[in-house]
Amino acid sequence: MSAPATLATLPAKPARGDAGKPQREAADEPRLVLTLLVAGRLCGIPVPRVRDVLRGEQIARVPLAPPGVAGVLNLRGRIVTAVDLRNRLGLPEAEPGAPRMSVVVEHENELYSLLADGVREVLTLTGEEREDAPATLSDAWREHASAVHRLQEGLLIELDTDRLLAFGARATADSRR
Amino acid sequence: MDDLISEFLAETNEALAELDTALVDLERASEDAEILARIFRMVHSVKGTCGFLGLSRLEAVAHAAESLLGLYRDGDIAVSPSGVTAVLAAIDTIRMIMAGIAETGVEPVGDDSALVAQLNAASEEQPAAEAEPVAAIVAPVAAAKPVEKPAEEKAAAQHGDSSMPVQAIRVSLPVLDELMTLASELVLVRNQLLQVARGQTDTPFAAPLQRLSRITSDLQEGVMKTRMQPVSAAWAKLPRLVRDLGTELGKRIDLVQSGGDTELDRQVLELIKDPLTHMVRNSADHGLETPDIRRAAGKVAHGTISLSARQEGGRIVIELADDGRGLNIARIRSRAIERGLATEAAVAAMDDAEAARFIFRPGFSTAAAVTAVSGRGVGMDVVRSNIERIGGTVDLQTVEGQGTTLIIRIPLTLAIISGLVVQAANERFAVPQAAVVELVRVGSGGASVEWLDDAPVMRLRGQLLPLVQLGALLGLAAPHESGSAAQGFVAVLQGDTARFGLFVDGVFDTEEIVVKPVAPILRDLQAFSGNTILGDGGVIMILDPAGLARMAGLGSARKETAAAVTGTVEETGSQLLLFRAGGQATPIAVPLGLIARLEALRSDSIETAGNRPAVQYRGQLMPLLPLGPWTQPPAGSTQHLLVFQDGNRSLGLMVDEILDVIEERLVLRPSTDRAGFLGAAVIAGRAADVLDCSYWLRLGDPHWFGKTEQAAPRVLVVEDSGFFRQLVVPALTSAGYEVAACGEPSEALKLRAGGAMFDAILSDIEMPGMDGFGFIAELRREGIWQKTPVVALTSRISPADKARGLALGFTDYVGKFDSERVLGALARVISTVKEAA
Repeated sequence: MSAPATLATLPAKPARGDAGKPQREAADEPRLVLTLLVAGRLCGIPVPRVRDVLRGEQIARVPLAPPGVAGVLNLRGRIVTAVDLRNRLGLPEAEPGAPRMSVVVEHENELYSLLADGVREVLTLTGEEREDAPATLSDAWREHASAVHRLQEGLLIELDTDRLLAFGARATADSRR
Repeated sequence: MDDLISEFLAETNEALAELDTALVDLERASEDAEILARIFRMVHSVKGTCGFLGLSRLEAVAHAAESLLGLYRDGDIAVSPSGVTAVLAAIDTIRMIMAGIAETGVEPVGDDSALVAQLNAASEEQPAAEAEPVAAIVAPVAAAKPVEKPAEEKAAAQHGDSSMPVQAIRVSLPVLDELMTLASELVLVRNQLLQVARGQTDTPFAAPLQRLSRITSDLQEGVMKTRMQPVSAAWAKLPRLVRDLGTELGKRIDLVQSGGDTELDRQVLELIKDPLTHMVRNSADHGLETPDIRRAAGKVAHGTISLSARQEGGRIVIELADDGRGLNIARIRSRAIERGLATEAAVAAMDDAEAARFIFRPGFSTAAAVTAVSGRGVGMDVVRSNIERIGGTVDLQTVEGQGTTLIIRIPLTLAIISGLVVQAANERFAVPQAAVVELVRVGSGGASVEWLDDAPVMRLRGQLLPLVQLGALLGLAAPHESGSAAQGFVAVLQGDTARFGLFVDGVFDTEEIVVKPVAPILRDLQAFSGNTILGDGGVIMILDPAGLARMAGLGSARKETAAAVTGTVEETGSQLLLFRAGGQATPIAVPLGLIARLEALRSDSIETAGNRPAVQYRGQLMPLLPLGPWTQPPAGSTQHLLVFQDGNRSLGLMVDEILDVIEERLVLRPSTDRAGFLGAAVIAGRAADVLDCSYWLRLGDPHWFGKTEQAAPRVLVVEDSGFFRQLVVPALTSAGYEVAACGEPSEALKLRAGGAMFDAILSDIEMPGMDGFGFIAELRREGIWQKTPVVALTSRISPADKARGLALGFTDYVGKFDSERVLGALARVISTVKEAA
């Protein structure tokens, strides 16, 4: 699979812009992954899933929302639900006022913003350094990690955006009781 | 001109324009069956419509053309140029006649027999096999004729074409949608501009901005109008579907529709079409039983599906009810556990309504399994998600053996509503303006909040309005402390069933907001119906008044554990007034319907007349009666009264304090120990005494019930529910009837055997043993009550039940809890009998 041309040159901190069309992922082909930091951990999201990267958008809280939903934000006239990666991954909350980056992804025809502490460069991953997520990871991580990649600078945990955004009907139902 | 005719003209003109091209195509490719079929359809529909409108000349021409085209279409004869020419001539004539109609409103006089003959001649041409394009030979003959006569009229036809007013044009839906999106965006920009301008006084932009604003609103309204369609457009296919399903399944099904002219946005309409079809199919397939089973269950053989639509605030409510077997809740429970959707404990803790909602859960069932198990649920999760996608909700009510009602609430439009922006706990929210009844300032000179324990209420024009603290309800702030003098605003909202006050910290402007559905992961939050972007770019949530009411436990009857114990459970709540009196701590309840007014008197206006307290009230001296021990309240204080009224007689019952008005499912534990009380009940989670009004009225005025000189009409009440008997007997008594009550039909039949006579009988329908239907059948069969009017009382009136009841001999049908209707119906049937006698 070849990624769209625009993506190959995606800068480490991309300007606002359309990040391309979603593409099917093929496991053993070299793939592009947008790396981001969540509480000091290096995580990755497949580039074809990424629609946009934004900085410092104002997020409106949604009362009674399931935990993990940070709120909603205005993405050029579209309302996007912001999901806090720290919360989804079972990490401590970010300090109030700390800068957050929004990685906008599409899930079931809806846009969601994944809140990370920072966004790094786009890496090309070959299948070689890929491993399944080890069973010793905490539940929250294992639930949402699709693979671990051994990189020179450390381990990169590749996140499964579908699972990150699959808020169980149960979780939401419970929160309103 | 008649609207129908002008519409017909516009439509036909459009069709004719298409016809011309199609006919031209036809000549080029005479074998093209599709073109032929298309032309045939067009001419056919013209013929059909003008036949309907009584345009006989047009009809004759169209009919001849249609016959010829029919032969062409079926391949009976080959398309010949002469034939095509004749058809074209016919179309010209049609056009000419239409021009005449457009000018004068009636068909112009003329003779088309030559043309018709020509069309008929073309029909009798050689059969298809021999049809060769012998155009050259036939054409001159054919072409010559039609030109002769209509020739001079043709000019008129041309002229008519251009002058004929075009009433409607077709616009492709994507264009309309695009317009709507643009209008929505324009509204947002306008809001943004207004926001900017608000901060600046004395700007040259003010005036043009105001104009822009108005034009934007007009534009938006105009665009919205182009998109409104009656909801019946989504129903159009259902009668046929139901008929076919009925035949297929061997069931007799009536589809009853009402409220089809309710309009809603076509986008919404499109989106509910499929779910509706699905639901109707489900009702017909799984909800309704076969005639045999229905008869065995004592129902009429044919099932009824009723479909109704109405507007309620900013929403459209569509109800789909069947009188079928209802959902088997027990099996739904076990299946939910089986499917791993919930734990056994969780399922056990749910009430039936909650358990029934499992059918909306994905993975609850596969088609085959559920058809056998619960009779429902085939793809109901899809129905639900489709409706929720457009910001709607689906609810269901089901009574085993009696049917299921699905209630869809959908927004009127997905696009733009007027919203009131409020603030609670430093967060802003929008409330649909349509739901806001009024806005009241609380504290600092405004109205004040009163506390019933820790529940805040507000007195609004003699009514107690329960307050919902928005911040606390949404978990954003701690609730105000009980008894504190809270400050803020109360937006009086109309929820689905109840009116309540939304207590907020602040109120901003009203803004036109573009409603956007919330993301799926937030869709389960019943507090919100959508979200929107404000003029300042901020995103805020749109509150759903009905959802808020549900969250606060208002409106819907609360579940009482005691209900299960006593067995006299009322299905529907009735409105009850709670008050305290006689210095007692236990609240007292009385059906609100019995009370004419609530009053608060200044204590010094209470006089003493004939040793009893009384007050000048509306030009009369109204006797006052204390409930329990009473001392004249100190001067300057207030005395609360419940005012009962009957004709121009009134009585005030003095009470200490009015607490609340509650809609409540009521379970009465009757007791006879205390005079003046029917017994006790749990109301709003607390024990309360239930007042026996007739006792107090008689005490206050011994002549209260004895006012009529002539013998009071005698009424028999047959009702298995003790509570309802206790409720209705005093109500009837106070209305001047002499009342006897029976707990079941068999008792009543004993009375009949004993020779007791009544002027009318009120009978419940659902009773153990012999039900109301059986009872009426027995009464009408033989005996002294054969002619006695019998009014059916029921908490649930399905059209089918009603029809059945009336057929069996009920004189009238009324809802149980509407005392005025009950009294009205009684008075009516009795007077009818008297007149007849």
